[in-house]
Amino acid sequence: MGINWFKYSSPQTFFPLAGRLAFVFGALALAACAAGLYLGFFVAPTDAQQGESYRIIFIHVPAAWMSMFLYVVMAFWAGVGLAFNTRLSGMMASAIAPTGALFTFIALWTGSFWGKPTWGTWWVWDARLTSELILLFLYLGFMALQAAIDDPRRADRAGALLALVGVVNVPIIYFSVQWWNTLHQGASVSLTKSPTMATTMVAGMLVMTFGFWFYGIAAVLLRARCIMLERERGSEWAMHYARAAA
Amino acid sequence: MGDALREGGGVNWGSLGNFLAMGGYGLYVWGSYLVTLALIVAEVVLLAKRRRNAVGRIR
Repeated sequence: MGINWFKYSSPQTFFPLAGRLAFVFGALALAACAAGLYLGFFVAPTDAQQGESYRIIFIHVPAAWMSMFLYVVMAFWAGVGLAFNTRLSGMMASAIAPTGALFTFIALWTGSFWGKPTWGTWWVWDARLTSELILLFLYLGFMALQAAIDDPRRADRAGALLALVGVVNVPIIYFSVQWWNTLHQGASVSLTKSPTMATTMVAGMLVMTFGFWFYGIAAVLLRARCIMLERERGSEWAMHYARAAA
Repeated sequence: MGDALREGGGVNWGSLGNFLAMGGYGLYVWGSYLVTLALIVAEVVLLAKRRRNAVGRIR
């Protein structure tokens, strides 16, 4: 049936595809973020309780969702690499980590800038904030561990173990607001209940989520291309590409 | 369409100054958005640099 997916499981065939996909998703990300910011700043009304400070939600929640989602995808690829010893899986896991760390930092930073006007503090050691901070340390730990091991395949395996053990933190972050008495509010949007926010606010948040998602895909694919070039620099296809890029 | 949007609770900021002030929360709103933008731009620049370095090391 149509596409032979295994064709794209080797770096030399995935490399050009990743380049085209990164361009498409980068363009989609720009369009979605422009639409999401328009909704967030010019359509969504002022919040009755929080005034304009709530507008941080349009980056805070999408970034927090992406920080958890990317970790699960990273652990998935790391696990696939560990189980099947496929080259590309480990490269994908390594490519995801910095972008995941970036979104985690953005979630923490914007949360801090939202907490100050609404809670009166930049930071509090409650379960949601602390588990999200641990997520940042998991990403940074994964990157540091891989950077410390010279042989890339051994680095992949060591990183995969850390990534898989750390995945237990993701449900802890997500359910922390239910399991513990936190200063952080519960979910305003979930799959099981109708949202507790104005429709235009939810729309802006969801469109921004797509924007961050598409950006994340583009950034990860661009980084995966770098990693392929670095690890396979002795190969024929990489030399061919480097000559053409000159 | 434009009218429907406005009826749906569209925001009329009035002036650029009001928009930047964000109802007194300018520091917090723009402190969030500008840092986010700066980090994303930095990631894209670093990715372009990393690709150039990778290509340079092959040749």
